[in-house]
Amino acid sequence: MNIYEQQASNRRATYFFVALMMLLLGAVGFGFDLFFGGLEVPGLTYGDGAIFRTAEPLRPGQTPQPGNSVPYFTIIAVAAGGLLTLNSIFNGPKMILSSVMARPADPNDPQDRVFLNVLEEMSIASGLPMPKAYVIPDPDPNAFATGFSPDKSYVAVTEGLVSTLNREELQAVVAHEMAHVSNLDIRLMTMVAALGGAIVLLSDWAGRSVRFRRSRDDRGGGGAVFIIWILLVILAPILTRLLAMAISRRREYLADATGAEFTRNPLALASALEKLEQASEPTRTVNRGLAHMCIVDPSGSYFEAKENFAGEMFSTHPPIQKRIEALKTMAYQRSA
Amino acid sequence: MTIAIIVGVLIVGALALIFTFNSLVGLRNQVLNAFRQIDVQLKRRYDLIPNLVNSVKGEMKFEQETLERVVKARAAAVSANQSGNIADMGKKEGELSMALGRLMMLTENYPNLKANDSVKSLMEELTNTENKVAFSRQFYNDLATKFNTKQQVFPTNMVAGMMGFKPSDLFEIPAEQAAQREAPKVEL
Repeated sequence: MNIYEQQASNRRATYFFVALMMLLLGAVGFGFDLFFGGLEVPGLTYGDGAIFRTAEPLRPGQTPQPGNSVPYFTIIAVAAGGLLTLNSIFNGPKMILSSVMARPADPNDPQDRVFLNVLEEMSIASGLPMPKAYVIPDPDPNAFATGFSPDKSYVAVTEGLVSTLNREELQAVVAHEMAHVSNLDIRLMTMVAALGGAIVLLSDWAGRSVRFRRSRDDRGGGGAVFIIWILLVILAPILTRLLAMAISRRREYLADATGAEFTRNPLALASALEKLEQASEPTRTVNRGLAHMCIVDPSGSYFEAKENFAGEMFSTHPPIQKRIEALKTMAYQRSA
Repeated sequence: MTIAIIVGVLIVGALALIFTFNSLVGLRNQVLNAFRQIDVQLKRRYDLIPNLVNSVKGEMKFEQETLERVVKARAAAVSANQSGNIADMGKKEGELSMALGRLMMLTENYPNLKANDSVKSLMEELTNTENKVAFSRQFYNDLATKFNTKQQVFPTNMVAGMMGFKPSDLFEIPAEQAAQREAPKVEL
């Protein structure tokens, strides 16, 4: 895959992700309509707000309550999804940066200055516009890139990264982030973080409000549909997270390779990754919802170290040792 | 019918020609732009060097020769840059890089300089500029290679030949400098 195909694939994946999230929101909203809003759906409901009445018919003397025909909750949920999407596009990177308390790099501070210089070098090597540089006040070394397009991108590193790594290693890490920018991974990952994060919050909230469901005697259960819906609400955050993990894992190897192409120095990234692995302290300022964006898993994850199926399934990143091996192979091929 | 087919073939041919020509022009302009970017970085390096030499001159009294070599190499590089010959530029810039590398290595022997904040930040700026020069060259070389390959492969080569596109020169490290770069001489 060349860079244009990679970008196109990321654009497609972003559309797909947004569509999936809309569908999820729509389904959750529709469930609210069915179970709480008294929505009438021909063939599914019985004209009195009950669905799938299998047990008893209306008791004598009971008047059927008319339901409504407008799926208010579905409309609200999808509209909210649209607003969230717009918000993620225009505000996502800023939200992500402020959630980790990042500050703009200060050109007068010697340490920040090195980071700024290295970033400028990599923007030259990649032929991309200079991203905005941000520093996260956290002693654990980590880094991520965000933004919606290479013209407006952001690269953030922790203070720990700049102080732990030497100049070449820092350059390699920044090159890895620039690779995410140039492949347009940032668009998808920002979307996953901003929109996915919002959906997780929403479905948490929906899951909680289900417990306050008023049970009306005169309504039918709609058992199977209700159970599926509840499962959807409960599983939505997990599914979103699994999706984010799958999306991110595949892209890390590629970003490593592209980054090494910018610096022509795969070994620097290999030794940077080794240092990052040794610093196994979790990056506390970076919360779980941003894990897929970082160069190494900020949680110091238990799964990441494992090379078995669970490790592959439940981590946002491939095992660091595998990445280092790939980079060393690259260096060997270059020197041969 | 036959006329329609002939016209169709001509139109497709003309479109292919236009497309190939335009993509070559686009690539040529990218190469030119990448070349200008190298220039920007080189100018920055020329401006930084006198500052560096001035700030270490006092401490490094015994390294007059090294300092002079840097100053001379800078002057040679500036004049090569004005002449615009890529091969000559590459050679002179390479010499300047080596002279600077030696100077930076020698500053390691001077604890006063190493501790001096302004020298430290100058060193960082110089490393930065050296890297920028190297990376902008790398970027230029990649683009120029792409441009040259495109001119040489079939069927673009026919259009490129007809329209007078010329292959771009690449920056190369001259052989004797490459050998020296592999094994830097350390005199203690």
